[in-house]
Order: sequence, then C-alpha cells, then structure tokens
Amino acid sequence: MKQWEVVIGIETHAQLSTQSKIFSGSPTAFGAVPNVQANAVDIALPGVLPVLNRAAVECAIRFGLAVDAEIAPRSVFARKNYFYPDLPKGYQISQYELPVVIGGRLAIQVAETEKVVHLTRAHLEEDAGKSLHEELGPQFRGKSGIDLNRAGTPLLEIVSEPDMRSAAEAVAYARALHALVRWIGICDGNMQEGSFRCDANVSVRPRGRTAFGTRREIKNLNSFRFMQQAIDYEVQWQIATLEEGGHIEQATVLFDPLSGETRAMRSKEDAHDYRYFPDPDLLPLVIDQPWIDRVRLQMPVLPAAKRDQLVSDYGLSAYDARILTASLDSARYYEAVVAAAGSANAKLCANWVMVDLAARLNREDYDIGQSPVSAQQLGGLIARIGDGTISNSLAKKVFDALWNGEGESADEIIARQGLQQITDQDALETLIDEVVSANPAMVTEYRAGKEKAFNALIGQAMKATRGKANPQRISELLRRKLTSTS
Amino acid sequence: MIERNLTDLARALATKRISSVELTRLYLDRISRHNPQLNAFITVDPAASLAQARAADERLARGDGGPLTGIPLAHKDIFCAKDWLTTCGSKMLSNFVSPYDATVIARFKAAGAVLLGKTNMDEFAMGSSNETSFYGAVRNPWQPECVPGGSSGGSAAAVAARLAPAATGTDTGGSIRQPAALCGLTGMKPTYGVVSRYGMIAFASSLDQAGPLGRSAADCAILLNAMAGFDERDSTSLDRPTEDYSRAINTASGARPLAGLKIGLPAEFFGDGCHPEVMKQVDAALAEYRSLGADTVAIRLPNMSLSVAAYYVIAPAEASSNLARFDGVRYGHRASDYRDLDDMYCKTRAQGFGAEVKRRILIGTYVLSHGYYDAYYLQAQRIRRLIANDFVEAFRQCDVIAGPTSPSTAFRLGEKAADPVQMYLSDIYTIAVNLAGLPGISIPCGLAGELPVGLQLIGNYFDEARLLDVAHRYQQASDWHLKSPTGFGECSAT
Repeated sequence: MKQWEVVIGIETHAQLSTQSKIFSGSPTAFGAVPNVQANAVDIALPGVLPVLNRAAVECAIRFGLAVDAEIAPRSVFARKNYFYPDLPKGYQISQYELPVVIGGRLAIQVAETEKVVHLTRAHLEEDAGKSLHEELGPQFRGKSGIDLNRAGTPLLEIVSEPDMRSAAEAVAYARALHALVRWIGICDGNMQEGSFRCDANVSVRPRGRTAFGTRREIKNLNSFRFMQQAIDYEVQWQIATLEEGGHIEQATVLFDPLSGETRAMRSKEDAHDYRYFPDPDLLPLVIDQPWIDRVRLQMPVLPAAKRDQLVSDYGLSAYDARILTASLDSARYYEAVVAAAGSANAKLCANWVMVDLAARLNREDYDIGQSPVSAQQLGGLIARIGDGTISNSLAKKVFDALWNGEGESADEIIARQGLQQITDQDALETLIDEVVSANPAMVTEYRAGKEKAFNALIGQAMKATRGKANPQRISELLRRKLTSTS
Repeated sequence: MIERNLTDLARALATKRISSVELTRLYLDRISRHNPQLNAFITVDPAASLAQARAADERLARGDGGPLTGIPLAHKDIFCAKDWLTTCGSKMLSNFVSPYDATVIARFKAAGAVLLGKTNMDEFAMGSSNETSFYGAVRNPWQPECVPGGSSGGSAAAVAARLAPAATGTDTGGSIRQPAALCGLTGMKPTYGVVSRYGMIAFASSLDQAGPLGRSAADCAILLNAMAGFDERDSTSLDRPTEDYSRAINTASGARPLAGLKIGLPAEFFGDGCHPEVMKQVDAALAEYRSLGADTVAIRLPNMSLSVAAYYVIAPAEASSNLARFDGVRYGHRASDYRDLDDMYCKTRAQGFGAEVKRRILIGTYVLSHGYYDAYYLQAQRIRRLIANDFVEAFRQCDVIAGPTSPSTAFRLGEKAADPVQMYLSDIYTIAVNLAGLPGISIPCGLAGELPVGLQLIGNYFDEARLLDVAHRYQQASDWHLKSPTGFGECSAT
C-alpha cells in the first residue's frame, strides 16, 4: 500500500429543487404513479420543443457563487445522443463544451486537516426516466416498464478535479458537497431517492509519479458508506492487479453492496460516441451580471462564513462551530436557540444542541428540522438553566416533557411540576436540620472521618427536595451545619 | 367559387352568400373527385372538417368572424393536429394520432379556419419531388407525369388543382418555394423564428420554417397574419411586435409602384445550370419589374456555391438527432417480431423509415461522429456564417434579391429519384436562404412549355411585408398567378 498513491475525482449529479422540470412545465415531485408527471415534451412527442426553466439556471448560479467559481456569461446546451428506452428523445440535453459554471473550490476536512478540492466545472442537464425491470406486476412478467416521471428533472452535474488521495477524502468531499447543496437550497440531498448521486473515478499510481494511472469509474454511489467501501475495494483490487503484473483497463464499474465488490459494466471499447452538438432548439444561455447579483442577494451566509461568525460572536470552539454548521437547518436551529436563551448562554446552547438534542434526534432517527422540541422551546429551557431556576439534571426531565409534548414551554412544565430550585435559605436550612437529626448514624460516621457518609447525607437532602435544590448549595449548607455543631 | 381569392371568400362568407359548410363540402367533393389522381392528401376527415365548418358558421352568424373564419385550409401532414392522424409522410408515424395541436394549427383554429385535410409530403420533409412519401408520389396537376416538387408537394398540388383555397407548408431548404414554382403558386418561407415550430415535426431545427402556399401574395399575407407571432413554447421564436403583413399590399399605388426599389441580381443565380426556358421567363419578369419602376443591380453572393454542401451536412446532422425519438418505444411503428432491445430498435427503424430518410440519418450520424465533427459539422457552420454574411453585404446594395426559384420546371416522376445529388441540386437557389434564415418567396412568372416557372424574391430579415408587396405589385400587373391547370374545372353550381 505504501508505494502506491490513490487518485480520485468525483462526478456528482445533484437533482435541483425546482418546482417544474428543466425544459417543460411538468412537476418534479418524487414518488408519483408512473408516467403521470410526464407531459408531451417529457415523452418527446413529435414536434415538441424544450423551453429552459430559469429556476434551474438560478440553482446553477447559486452553486457557482457558493464555490467561488466563474459563472459563464454564455453557455451552450448540447445534445448527447444515444438510444435507451428511458431516454425519450434519443438524446439528453446537457452542456458539453461550454458549461454554466467553470472552476470553483470546496474545502474539506479529513481528521484535523483541511484541504481544498478544486472543481472542474458544473453543468445543467436533464435526467432520464427510469426503466423498471422487477417492480412490475405479474401481468407484465418478462417485460420491462418505463416510468418517465423523472425524465426532464433538472440536474447539476458537478465535476471535481482528481484532487482526492484516499477514500476518506472522497467521502469528506462528497459530504461537504452534500451539505453545501442543501445549505444553498438547490438540492434536497435525498440519496435514497437519487437526488444526490456520485460517480468516483479511481486510479492508482506509483508514489512520486506525476502521470495518472488508468482510471475506472464507479457509477451511482448512493450512500457515503458505499462510497467508502467501493473505493476501498477498487483501490485494493487495482493495486493487487498491478502488483500481480496485470494492467488496468479503462472501464465503468458498478459496486455491489452485497458482495462489497466492484465489477465492470462496460469497457472503453463499448464506450458510446455521443455525437455531441449544440442543441438547435435552444438559444445559448446568457447570464448577465445583474442576474448574478440578484441571485447573490438571495443567498444565505455560506457555511465557512457562518462558522467564523459563531466562533467570533459566541466564543464557540472551531470544532463546535463546524458541528453546528453541518447543515443550514442545524445552524439556523442553533441560532434560534441562542436567540431565545440569550447570547450569554451560547456555549450552553451549543452543548445542548450538539449533545442532548443530537443524541435524542439520532435515537429517533429525526433530522433537526423534524425536532419535536422547537428551537424556541429549547432556548426557553436553557434560559432557566442559565438563571438558576432549574438544575441541569432537572432540565433533562423538562426536555423529555417538551419532547413528549407535555407542555408548550419549559416555564409551563417547571411551574406545573413544581420543579423550581429551592433557593430560599431558611427553607434549605430547616431541611438540613431535619436530615441531620433523622440520620444520626451517618453524622457519627462523617465525624469519624468517613467522607462517604457526607455524600450519603447530601443524597438524603436531595431526595427530600425531590431534586429541586442546588446540590452545590446543599453541600455548602450541610458542611457548615456539621462543622458548627461539632 | 374555386377561383376566388381569400379576401373574396371571406366577404362571401361574411355576407352569407355561402356558408362555411357549403364551401367546405365543395372542396371535400373536389378532393374526393380529384385526389385519387393526384394523391395530394394523406388524410381527409369530412365529419371533423364539417364540424369545424358548422362552428365557423355559428361564429360568422354572431358577427365575430375574421379574415379566415370559415375558410377551409389544407395543412401539410408535418403539423400535429389534435385527434388527426399526423404521419409526416412516414410509415413510422402511420398510426400516430396527435393528442395536441401544433401552434400553427391552434392559431388557424383560433382564427376560425376549417381544417380541410392533411397533405402529402416527402417523408419527414426530406425530398424535392414528393416521391419519398410512404403514401406514394404526388402528381403535378399541370402535368400528371411530373412531380409537384417537394417536400410540400401535396399542399402545392392541392392548391394548384383548386382542391383547397390555400395551404400551409414547411421549408427547410426550399420545400415551400420549389413546389410553389413547380405548381404555379405563390409560396413564402418567412424569416427563421417568425412562425412557431412547436408541433411541427422537426427535420432540421435550425432551418425549418413554416409558411403559406397560396395563389397570390395577397392570400399568403392573410395566411401569414394568422401563422406568425411569438410562441413561448418555441425558444427560437422571436418576440417581436405583431405585424400586419397585408399592410403594404392594401395601400393603393400608381403606375410605377416600385419606383426606387433596388432588385439585386446575384451573378451566381444567372450562370450555367439553369434551364434556358426558365431563365427566359425570369428575365421577362425582371423586365416587368423595371417597367414597374424598380432598378436592377448586379450583386455577388460569392459563397453561394458552397450552400448545397453545407446544407447537406447541417440538415442531416440535426435530422439524425431529431429522428432518434422514433424508436418504437412510446408511439408510432414498432416491429412486431424482435429478439431484444437492439433488435427492436433496428427492425423498427429499418421498417419505419424509407431510403432517403435512412440516407440522411447515416450522413448526419457520420458528420457528428468523433473525429469527423470538426471537419464536417463545424466547417459547415463556418460556411453558413459566410453565406449569411454574403447576404448582409448584398443587402447594402439592394432591397430585395431576385432570381429563379428552381433551375428547371417540374421534372418527370422517377427522373431524379435514383440520383440523390441531382435531386439535391434542384434546391440550389433556395437552400442559401434557409442557411441565412432570411425570408424568401416564389411567385409564378411564366410557363415553359406547359409548365410553370417561379421567380424567387429574397428579402432582408423581417422584410416579409415588403417582399409580399413586391410580389403583389407584379401580380397586379401580370396574370401568371391566375392561370390554372386544366382538367380540374369548376364542379359546383356555387
């Protein structure tokens, strides 16, 4: 392994979150009955023509701005010609020589090291339909079905430079890209539904050599875990092949999650000649500066800037800031919690969001956007911890109550269940007197030097307050009492 | 009635001298009598046509008819018409009933015109003689042994034989103008982008343009008024203010109505290659123009000779891709017996397409292939720009350009069918106009023997109204456009 260097480039198809398709007015929603979301243009009836959806272009502009790329003032749609039953026109409208987004960069984090991955380009294109080979009913046994609902769904194909040097870096890149496209609202990132799918171009070369090895392209990686496994397998296979004196042939491969192996789908020899040429049905896409400026105004603060902001405004650690900005939902949630709890509690808020809330969300398999406890509710709860109304341990009970919908706010639950900390000095002293007189054996043991007995007495006191006293305060009062009466 | 122009027909309908139902019946009768001989129509549907005619009569009765309300029109079978068989002259679409209307069809519907029938055409508009149609050749009403021209041969034959008052066609390399010339009609290809291509089955998207075929420039202007206009469903449609293409025609004129007009005569249109009898009639027409006040000036279109070659790279390239959708999967012909997917594709397309269509798909596929693209497709696009620039230069020296539409009159059926290059050369004067995207019109300017000769007039971009006016002034001073072939006489008492 040591003498080989791994080189990986990633091509990603991000389905754009537009209401309608890229060249027709059909809706893009997932999961409809086959072929009901396909109109005359989508099924390529004779005579129909494409009309570009400006919303898809704005997604591309957003992306270009987010990765600091050049937005091409003029880009061209081209036809990629090939026959397949789920490709209704016999060509896919894509961009070839002149893409809409040129260059760009994306910072990734692997372990504690930050690295910049450069992008080659991003271009707009339409998705194909789906061929259904197995899911058809018994009346269609032995036949294939075509569902054209997806045909014409807008895609942004994002192509990276071969900048990644390990499966871990490839996955970090894919995750960062996934977070970014969701952050800027151009893709829902749903990998199960195919909204975000990656192809990895993998090659290996002897360390120190500048020329690339022959690459194989692993198609359609639809989870980060599979990406890691597929690249690991592929790298090990390529190295083993080369070390055994074999050579790598350029090929397209598929990853089989069941066997954990990649296998060749087609070799370079059966590669298509796509006969690209500019689509005469569409004018060149012209994007002027005012359009770019309008889109820029609608952009959210980007993750990196938001991280810096959290560190400087709230004194969070870089690590915390990175976790909280893993998604726009998470960052927005955190900021709303702080708004409700007060910025003096910002670090406490970070802990709650990253630890308590995250654990619970994880356990129930919810996204932060689906949290039953709203940011306002959690902020209200943290405010009560901050001002000493309740202890941290009781706060967890209140959190559970909020989670279960037992009250509208932390204050309501605290009041209803009488969970306010007892801060009244007289009340606490009376209580301690009672504990001391009720447990003479423990007092004797403490005085004999057994510190354990002191803890037992605190336990008794806490039990008597049903947890509502501040343990710190109880400890102080108890020690004073035992010392003064000795 | 069948010799009336569209203005007179509209007046007769508006004044109830005839109803749309009567007029439509008249033409349906003529079609049933004469079409077996001519084969100009692929589909007639009397019930559907008469239903539209009745609706038009109701509209006329309400007094809200327009210039085309109640007038039956024939449409080239390249336009999708809802619930009509729309074949594009191909076996591939011999079972395709369109579920939607092309924009051109929808606009004529909105104007209240009656869809009289769908006309025969070269398969997928690929041809200059109408002999490539799956539905058989169309005969020229002037001489049944001759072709009507193509690809809009059915429309031209129908209008020439008075089986329809006017018709639509499409013109990718001359497919309106050349059949107009060969059938003694007036036919116009507008500036690219003036008429929506939505619903017009694509042959070569960057060249295709729909236009009118009628008996006079005045009739063509009325049709173009209905056809033209921006369509948001066609990205290459031009968003321009609405024009009245009849406006110049409808102004009165004196004895020298074209005084000051400069007609450019490109040396390249007047050299060898044109039949002398054709040239004689063209020269006579130009003399007539001079007598109407126009000046003729010699001009050059130096890259003209490259136009046929460039066209036969660009048009097949686009066609090879446009026709990929005819794969037997979703509609149209599908082979009945096949082993697997590839076999289904091969057999379907082998059976569904005719020889000329296959030839062009092969040429187009070849010129777009990796390694050949630059030498053919890109080079052809460069030539296309040179040709367009030639016209820009030419229009600095003249207002319109004139010459023959076609190097010969109608040729005999089968005469060029075996020789594609000879066939392609019959469009030698028309193709450059499509490559440049300019408007062009062909008008009858004489007979050579028994057969009509066409004069082509080419205008600058968006100069349709002037072009129609220049054609109209000639038609006011001559009667070639009023001549009709014999054997299709008036058959009704109306």
